Amino acid sequence: MFDFLTEYDILGAFWVTVQLTVYSAIGSLLWGTILAGMRVSPVPIMRAFGGAYVNIVRSIPLTLVIISMSLGLNQTLGAALGGDVLTTINFRLAVLGFVLYTSTFVCESLRSGINTVPVGQAEAARALGLNFGQVLRMIVLPQAFRSVIGPLTSVLIALTKNTTVASTIGVAEASLLMSEMIENESDVIGLVFMTFAMGFVILTLPIGLLLGRVAKKATVKR
Amino acid sequence: MSAPSVLYDVPGPKAKTRNAVYTVLFLLALAGVGWWIIATLAEKDQLTWQKWGPFFTEGQVWTTFIFPGLLNTLIAAGLAIVIALPIGSLFGILRLSDHVWIRVPAGTVVEFFRAVPVLILMFFANEFYSEYTDVDSDYRPLLAVVTALVLYNGAVLAEVVRAGIQSLPTGQTEAAKAIGMRKTQTMTNVLLPQAVTAMLPAIVSQLVVIVKDTALGGAALGFSDLFSQIRPISNNYFANTIATLTIVAVIYILLNNLLTAAAGWLEKWSRQRKTSSGTVVKPLDDGNNEL
Repeated sequence: MFDFLTEYDILGAFWVTVQLTVYSAIGSLLWGTILAGMRVSPVPIMRAFGGAYVNIVRSIPLTLVIISMSLGLNQTLGAALGGDVLTTINFRLAVLGFVLYTSTFVCESLRSGINTVPVGQAEAARALGLNFGQVLRMIVLPQAFRSVIGPLTSVLIALTKNTTVASTIGVAEASLLMSEMIENESDVIGLVFMTFAMGFVILTLPIGLLLGRVAKKATVKR
Repeated sequence: MSAPSVLYDVPGPKAKTRNAVYTVLFLLALAGVGWWIIATLAEKDQLTWQKWGPFFTEGQVWTTFIFPGLLNTLIAAGLAIVIALPIGSLFGILRLSDHVWIRVPAGTVVEFFRAVPVLILMFFANEFYSEYTDVDSDYRPLLAVVTALVLYNGAVLAEVVRAGIQSLPTGQTEAAKAIGMRKTQTMTNVLLPQAVTAMLPAIVSQLVVIVKDTALGGAALGFSDLFSQIRPISNNYFANTIATLTIVAVIYILLNNLLTAAAGWLEKWSRQRKTSSGTVVKPLDDGNNEL
């Protein structure tokens, strides 16, 4: 009954899920922070760009973002992102799509975190003669990051689940293997489903518990 | 005059010049990227009128592909929210029960379905219906999409309902107790009606998430929603992939921004209403409801 567990490389598929999550998380954090910086910057055109980017990209279904990477960027425009094998190319395209999409949620979380930093902090920094970049980098963002670990954890958990969408462009992660297994092993579809569901619970539960504890410790007590 | 933001001073002459320089540089960078995109598109022959024209001059592409697809998207999203709401409310209330043997199982079910990716639920629901039921295969994708969305969003809405009830002032429960209401009466006659108005904006925001998730059904199960029209359109109109992707994305953006605006308007309305407690449940801020 449990033969299917050994016949398929389930761990390998989940390893791809983990890789997708890690690369996309790092990229989204970087691009999301830059976007948040733009949204609070003194230059109006940057604020406008940041706002427009977030509002537009957030409203597009992730599936459409990922398919656009494959169908549009790769197959029509010929961008390969430096990959030579199809699996590498699709993996990188998927990561790019996740970064473009998830960074909007990172940006919004960070912006709400910036708002929680008391006005006095920025005012004191400006009184010392720090300019905008220094205020943001040295005073406001370090405090903002500490207070948004909670929301960012939720974004990370959502990203972990969202990586399943990469199966629509053929990245061999967990949900692609599941769709294959569920067709071949049609007598045990309940077991196959529970295996993969539990896989995701095992992936997301520790992230939530661990970072929840970190968030409690890191929050600036006021 | 107060500063526009606490992060920087009102710009003086020097800062004004600097900001102007940054503006020009940023515009140049944007223009560079824009030019590169347009040049690549032109090089790949994606900017011809032959490829974009059908969307503006021919009604057929709209009546044959886009409108039927959009209709299916709306049907799936509408069915999902209508079925998920009562289920979500039930589980939200069960999680607030005084009895551990009700609270804990309900909580486990809710947390489980919140942790499982919607796509996996869709694969399972689709295969389940094809193995164990004799649903017409024309309707199976719709059924599978709605089932998966109901399971996931029911769990999310359960949390919204719980937050909505907990956001009400404790005086409401106390007053209900004081006039001798039983627990069920308190819930159905006092707490729930007020919580529903407080939750309306969050529910409409969840609708945005549902609309976006229906596209998964189009990609993975062959559900003929707006998303799944991309390939047929580009096959019929000279491989106009970029034009089709753009138009479909614009439709999703307009639809979702309309829903977001409605949520904002509802939030304002329920804040101003004199009969409500004035509390408003923000859309769950925990990212779990994205995708």
